[in-house]
Amino acid sequence: MPLEAEQVKLLRKMKEKHPMPEQDHAERIKNFNEVPFGYDAETAVKEAMRCLQCKDPACVEGCPVEVDIPAFIKLIQEERFAEGIKKLKEKNNLPAVCGRVCPQESQCESFCLRGKKGQPVAIGRLERFLADYELAKGVETPAGPDRTGRRVAIVGSGPAGLTAAGDLARMGHEVVLFEAFHSTGGVLRYGIPEFRLPKEKILQREVDYIAGLGVDFRKNVVIGKTITVDELFDEEGFDAVFIGTGAGLPQFLGIPGENLNGVYSANEFLTRVNLMKAYLFPEWDTPIKLAKKVAVVGAGNVAMDSARTALRLGAEEVHIVYRRSDKEMPARAEEIEHAKEEGVIFNLLTNPIEIISDENGWVKGMECMKMELGEPDDSGRARPVPIKGSEFIFDVGTVVIAIGNSPNPLIPQTTSGLELGRKGTIKADDNGATSRRGVYAGGDIVTGAATVILAMGAGKTAARAIDRYLKSL
Amino acid sequence: MFKIVTKRVLSAVNKLMEIEAPLVARKARPGQFIILRVRENGERIPLTVADSSKERGTITIIFQEIGKTTKELGSLQEGDYLSDFVGPLGRPMELPSSGRVVAVGGGVGIAPIYPKVKAFYDAGLEVISIIGARTADLLILEDEMRAVSSELHICTDDGTKGHHGFVSDLLQPLLDDTSKKIDEIIAVGPLPMMRVVAEQTRPYGVKTLVSLNPIMVDGTGMCGCCRVTVGGETKFSCVDGPVFDAHQVDFAELTRRSRTYLDKEKIALEKFEHECRCGGEK
Ligand SMILES: Cc1cc2nc3c(=O)[nH]c(=O)nc-3n(C[C@H](O)[C@H](O)[C@H](O)COP(=O)(O)OP(=O)(O)OC[C@H]3O[C@@H](n4cnc5c(N)ncnc54)[C@H](O)[C@@H]3O)c2cc1C
Ligand code: SF4
Ligand code: FES
Repeated sequence: MPLEAEQVKLLRKMKEKHPMPEQDHAERIKNFNEVPFGYDAETAVKEAMRCLQCKDPACVEGCPVEVDIPAFIKLIQEERFAEGIKKLKEKNNLPAVCGRVCPQESQCESFCLRGKKGQPVAIGRLERFLADYELAKGVETPAGPDRTGRRVAIVGSGPAGLTAAGDLARMGHEVVLFEAFHSTGGVLRYGIPEFRLPKEKILQREVDYIAGLGVDFRKNVVIGKTITVDELFDEEGFDAVFIGTGAGLPQFLGIPGENLNGVYSANEFLTRVNLMKAYLFPEWDTPIKLAKKVAVVGAGNVAMDSARTALRLGAEEVHIVYRRSDKEMPARAEEIEHAKEEGVIFNLLTNPIEIISDENGWVKGMECMKMELGEPDDSGRARPVPIKGSEFIFDVGTVVIAIGNSPNPLIPQTTSGLELGRKGTIKADDNGATSRRGVYAGGDIVTGAATVILAMGAGKTAARAIDRYLKSL
Repeated sequence: MFKIVTKRVLSAVNKLMEIEAPLVARKARPGQFIILRVRENGERIPLTVADSSKERGTITIIFQEIGKTTKELGSLQEGDYLSDFVGPLGRPMELPSSGRVVAVGGGVGIAPIYPKVKAFYDAGLEVISIIGARTADLLILEDEMRAVSSELHICTDDGTKGHHGFVSDLLQPLLDDTSKKIDEIIAVGPLPMMRVVAEQTRPYGVKTLVSLNPIMVDGTGMCGCCRVTVGGETKFSCVDGPVFDAHQVDFAELTRRSRTYLDKEKIALEKFEHECRCGGEK
């Protein structure tokens, strides 16, 4: 039912976002179900009314894929949801994912005019609302364009690869996507947990949508091993290749005891649980071992996901151990909040120096030092300096290392003519073009570990550049 | 889906399967492995490529039924399908250009040593092979090994075939025979066997290689589950190996890490065997 003018006026003055209902924290740490429930239609329309429909909307500047934010919000105001989702999908192929995992507070919402006084419009929640509305109704696949006869190979099915693949298919090219794993989605599948991004209900449906656009998915193919990039051109007859292989190489601390039983990289820990569904063992075959007390080293999204996963697997005490202060924690605000609500204990300005073994080679503790912040380092963040004599031992039985990932060297090692960056990334220009003709790259493989939406933005830009390149052939 | 085109029972617990995987077959080289999943909720397990045929588009795997996944795999028949099969993974083995090689395969290790011995043989090297098993019935690939070795020595722990004793007993005289220089030794088998061989050859300074089979998840270097310490450095077996210098490998750590999930493996196996007895209901 349309809102009364009076009501709309009030909503326009409302300083805060409409809260999004979510599972109670005491309950949710016992299951892997999604935490927030999302807005219902009524709340979405009300929240949309908070948008002022700026003539020169600042929010759009903060969106790496240039979604026409005021336009889709207006369609929600008018309860034209089906048109709203179409508007959103003009620019964003994976709205149900983005609505859930984008760091909106540092992107679109950070620019929103309403944020100057009070909270910005809940752009992310509205995006999620429209996407879920469509998934519930049944997704419409846009009509296929005329075929161009050109063939593009996409390597990696993370957000960068999925976006590039979807866009190129919509431009009429024949697109084949190669994925090393037995399942698609990249980090969305193996990294981000079920309780944040449901796999069957949301991710798989978005992947199905991309498949519906005409993308041919070939799983279980490791490019560089099963087929090389050179062979994609020379033997498989592709006209262009997009590399979106992500940053999948786990970094370790390089301290004694890291190979003890009970030490996991976050990648291994999360892959076992998310991709291999170790939380359903023994219905699913892959196991995981967890002690009652767990330490997670790091404070990014990966660390928060690992900590919250450990709680749900039944750990009694989960610690985040981070060498800087709370201001430097790189995770999304919502993830940190959720982790705190759920009882994760934050040990800031604390740095591990050794993992200690019991008599059988299992972790029995982690020795740490207290830190203080000194002068800023290269990254501009204050450098943590150890405080002498502050060593102490954490009594934990499982340690998860979540201090970052580097690009996987498999493709750089096996592809001729690819220029590399300093940290093993692939060099690409603003259009995603690499040093090799016809080869484009984007996402974490180019930037180092970053965000879903930046990877999608890169996939989108590269798709346009590839389209131009193919037309020039 | 990947079709099982041939299945052969080699012994009470050893089976051979030829799997249709043309892309993998085009590339596989001795020393490499594949990762497979039997079905949707299965585990990813690594198995050595025992043989491959570009013409037939197939990869041959040989496995010993030890845990749940290998037992389940062994229960499949020709014409059945595996849900996933990816490879070839790991680095191919480097072949010495000339000389004399001793290959030692114990139990489960006979299957993975076979393609290596064959590669040596095809390259014109002299290969002396030693194979051993717990008992005669478990000794596999004897004929195949004989066909590609210049000498084949056999032993069993219980004396039911060949020398009564261990592969190390047969290796010792070869090491002591100064008239025949050994250029390289490669040993594949259970961890304790590889460890013994490494210690045995160390004082002789003979280059000794082992092919490791640690627990893996992805097999492409993204999880670090397969890390081993080699020469004091952490290596990922799946991308840096699986073949390493035996004298550099920290076997104690590897043995310990390979036991991480023993209790869970037992649960999975018991559940599987119970379901089999109950007629395979879900
Ligand atoms: C646990 C976790 C939580 C995160 N949370 C957030 C979040 O909340 N919000 C956010 O914005 N970002 C988050 N990120 C970061 C974000 O997920 C990544 O920046 C993004 O997924 C990068 O996308 P991509 O497409 O470049 O690569 P990926 O998602 O890494 O995908 C790469 C794909 O390529 C495949 N591949 C690799 N090598 C090969 C090969 N040789 N052949 C074939 N296939 C190959 C991989 O298997 C993988 O599927 C998180 C990351 C992690 C690990
Ligand atoms: S900046 Fe905020 S108020 Fe303005 S159009 Fe964008 S979402 Fe609406
Ligand atoms: S199995 Fe994951 S890195 Fe080797």
